[in-house]
Amino acid sequence: MLRFIVRRLLQAVLVLFIVSLLLFTWLRKLPGGPIDAILGERATPETRAALRKTLGLDQSIPVQYLHFLNNAIHGNFGTSTQVQTGTDALDLFFQRLPATVELSVLALILAVITAIPLGYFAAKRHGGFLDTGSVVLSLVGVAVPVFFLGFVLKYFFSIEWHMLPPAGRQNPDLDATRITNFYVLDGLLTREYDAAWDALKHLILPAITLASVPFAVIFRITRASVLEVLNEDYVRTAESKGLSERIIRGRHVLHNALLPVVTTIGLQVGALLTGAVLTETVFGYPGLGDALAQAFRQRDYAVLQVLILAAALGYILVNLLVDVAYAIIDPRIRTR
Amino acid sequence: MTAPSPAPATTDTLLSVRDLTVEFGTKGQTPFRAVDGVSFDVRPGQTVGLVGESGCGKSVTSLAIMGLLPKRGNKVAGSATFDGTDLLTLDDREMRDRRGRDVAMIFQDPLSSLNPVVSIGVQVAEVLQRHRGMKKSAAMAESRDLLDKVGIPDPSRRLKEYPHQLSGGMRQRALIAMALACKPRLLIADEPTTALDVTIQAQILNLLKELVVDSGTALIMITHDLGVVAGLCDEVNVLYGGRIVETAPRHELFASPRHPYTNGLLGSIPRLDGARNEQLAAIPGSVADNIPWTSGCAFAPRCSRAIDVCRAETPSLEQDSVAIEDHLLRCHNPWPTGGEA
Amino acid sequence: MSPMQRKKDRIDALAATAGTAGDIPDAGHVSESGGLSLIGSAWLRLRRNPVFLVGATITALFVLLAIFAPLIAPHSGTANPLIGQVTTNHPIPNPQSGYPLGGDNQGRDLLSRLILGSRQTLIVGVLATLAGLAGGLVLGTLAGSFGGRVDTVVMRIVDVMLSLPSLLLALAVATLFGQPSQWTLIIAISVVQIPIFARLLRGSMLSQRSSDHVLAARALGVKRGPITFRHMLPNSLGPVLVQATLVLAVSIIEAASLSFLGLGNPDDSSPEWGQMLGRAQDLFDIAPHIAFWPAGCIVVVAFGFTLMGESLREALDPRNRR
Repeated sequence: MLRFIVRRLLQAVLVLFIVSLLLFTWLRKLPGGPIDAILGERATPETRAALRKTLGLDQSIPVQYLHFLNNAIHGNFGTSTQVQTGTDALDLFFQRLPATVELSVLALILAVITAIPLGYFAAKRHGGFLDTGSVVLSLVGVAVPVFFLGFVLKYFFSIEWHMLPPAGRQNPDLDATRITNFYVLDGLLTREYDAAWDALKHLILPAITLASVPFAVIFRITRASVLEVLNEDYVRTAESKGLSERIIRGRHVLHNALLPVVTTIGLQVGALLTGAVLTETVFGYPGLGDALAQAFRQRDYAVLQVLILAAALGYILVNLLVDVAYAIIDPRIRTR
Repeated sequence: MTAPSPAPATTDTLLSVRDLTVEFGTKGQTPFRAVDGVSFDVRPGQTVGLVGESGCGKSVTSLAIMGLLPKRGNKVAGSATFDGTDLLTLDDREMRDRRGRDVAMIFQDPLSSLNPVVSIGVQVAEVLQRHRGMKKSAAMAESRDLLDKVGIPDPSRRLKEYPHQLSGGMRQRALIAMALACKPRLLIADEPTTALDVTIQAQILNLLKELVVDSGTALIMITHDLGVVAGLCDEVNVLYGGRIVETAPRHELFASPRHPYTNGLLGSIPRLDGARNEQLAAIPGSVADNIPWTSGCAFAPRCSRAIDVCRAETPSLEQDSVAIEDHLLRCHNPWPTGGEA
Repeated sequence: MSPMQRKKDRIDALAATAGTAGDIPDAGHVSESGGLSLIGSAWLRLRRNPVFLVGATITALFVLLAIFAPLIAPHSGTANPLIGQVTTNHPIPNPQSGYPLGGDNQGRDLLSRLILGSRQTLIVGVLATLAGLAGGLVLGTLAGSFGGRVDTVVMRIVDVMLSLPSLLLALAVATLFGQPSQWTLIIAISVVQIPIFARLLRGSMLSQRSSDHVLAARALGVKRGPITFRHMLPNSLGPVLVQATLVLAVSIIEAASLSFLGLGNPDDSSPEWGQMLGRAQDLFDIAPHIAFWPAGCIVVVAFGFTLMGESLREALDPRNRR
């Protein structure tokens, strides 16, 4: 088990190394190059030359790469030029991280608690009304562009019916106390329940929007997997032992059927960040996705570097966790 | 049905199956009759064999008795009276209470029949927790004793292991332990040795004989292997195309097999006392070649003794006129007494 | 389905059974499609599968619309006859006679632009899919045909591409080009699909490397090239083509997302649904209908391609042969 984790960590380091190489090449190949990227196009030749020297761009490419790597390891990516001008890019990342984590976790919870039961019952009543209906729903769910779903929800629930706030994370008038920067959690910790409730209301529409794609994917994998497991001999054995439906469902069907679902949930992390970029833009939600969209639009390369590395790192870490979780719930891997 | 039903069940029958019919098929299609009017009795402690090729309806019969057929896409008729209650009329909950407690079952492939992600101990203990209301720890202790009883060495360790860590024979022993956990009065064994090595097969059969037959549990043995029947069963039912074609006590059946299909099954077993260059007889064709029972004898297309009447008239299951004992036969042109030899 | 059609299908099915049932002597039961080739039996099941029929109909209508768009559209896509009705307070002309869906914020006929948009949408989708497929074919064939170290290197690259969220990767690629255009859009979308195709192809080619017919060819001394291109590649194409159908749907949606984020084609003289939808966002609160129409078109077409792809996948899965 330990060897398995170590081997996966080494693989992760390798992937990160390749990402850093690609990122370095990418930054050099950008139109205008890093000087334009940092100073903008209107900088004077003198400042350009000065920066060229500070950045070490007059040195050989391998040296430049080592320089870049050294900066990256020390978290030194430069200051944001556009998104939050003057803020250190890494600081900006940590400021915005809680917002996106809060949103993604809620969306993932929403997706999982709806998709898994629905997938189970659809498979159980294979070919029935519930099955056909939810399969069609999941296919439509994939066919609707995420940002459009966001607009539709916002249009009806915020603009037409005034039920939920259309944008932001929390009403600034509340002047809530910050501890962790997870607003809902902060509200609960400080017992400012109105602040927690307000933060949660701001989360509902974005979370539903963000949950749509993971919901469809998890639903379909669950359904297919349950269908397969229901035909397994060991489920018949469990039935022949007269076990209660609850035990058969949990211990015999779902425990086996959820193994591939766990892997799928891990793979959804990348999809969640993609969705977060679109969702946060629609709802003006100040998280990493919103920062990413702005950074791309306005070419804020310091911020982009941090976000790209963080995305790759996050993906690798989550999938490592998923592999470990998988080993824990599947004895065939654990006891090998 | 043209065949007269066997005599009504006497008081000492444990399970009495009458006119069991199972049809498969979705709406709009002609249903397929997998089991067609099967009747037989099992007395307490008796071992009854259901013998036939794959597709003859023997497994479907057992699944119907256990209430384990898929909930949709099939129609079950007839009755299966167990201890005065017709199992086929029980609702899902009542049947769940009986399965594993009064009637238990073991299956063909022990690896796929065990849940790969649950430890052996829990898989045995869950039966005890369900039917005997035992607490987890007590059930685990009892499971240990059960594993010991079915001959699994080092049961305390095996309790915590998972199916993939056990050998084929041990897996089947574990399944037997689960089935016998609540001391059921009837055990159905569906080809319990088919997936095992030959040396292990004998061990498992001996174990069944020891634990089941000698302790008074009745056993329905489902097999395609008459060798298994010869060593274990008191009474043998031979099935073909969903119907019983011959029923007799074991020694009677082996001494004078009358139906050409039974003879064919016997002829395909190698015999130690046979001449060295004697060829093994194979039954030509397969179950797929049979004709519906409604237009003659289903076995006629593969039968070496088929005569015109076989293709015109459906034979009925009747007492064999020349036999002294109970010997039911469904054949227009059976082998003379004493069979082929 | 009409009764006549149903009867025809039954006859076809019967004919197929009659021709083949006798060839399988020892099967446990006579299967309806036994003995037919995989594609033949898949087709038999597909043509009676309502899911496939709906998907194929939507796809066919969409392709026909794209081909004949200029003939069907009542107005030009660039002329702005309704420009007089565009005001600061009321930027979107209402539906009116001759213009059933009204106009856009530049006074152009919305219906005509929707119809004409089908063509550009199809082109973007098809080209992005083809480019992704081509990239995936190269990487997957390399990995699957050579195996060993080449496989390891290629798959690490694929891992890296998969470790970045798809939209981030597309945005990064799009940023490499100075000005966004239709071509940057297509390249950005296709790059995201490369690792998916590569993985799929490699998996199915690796499983074939050890299959009997490839071993036989190798034992006969056939060289690597012919083995790859004549034996392994053709047999791996089924799942890849199914995936292509699904990717086409994804590409159309992705094009909309990139347009929405400001990386779409800035030239809107030849309209595309994703571009129309991406640009409608600013006016969503006052005139949601100009977003609803292109969005509805995208959803229906993506749904059609997905239905077709999924039913193809199911039909071609050997495990589903009965």
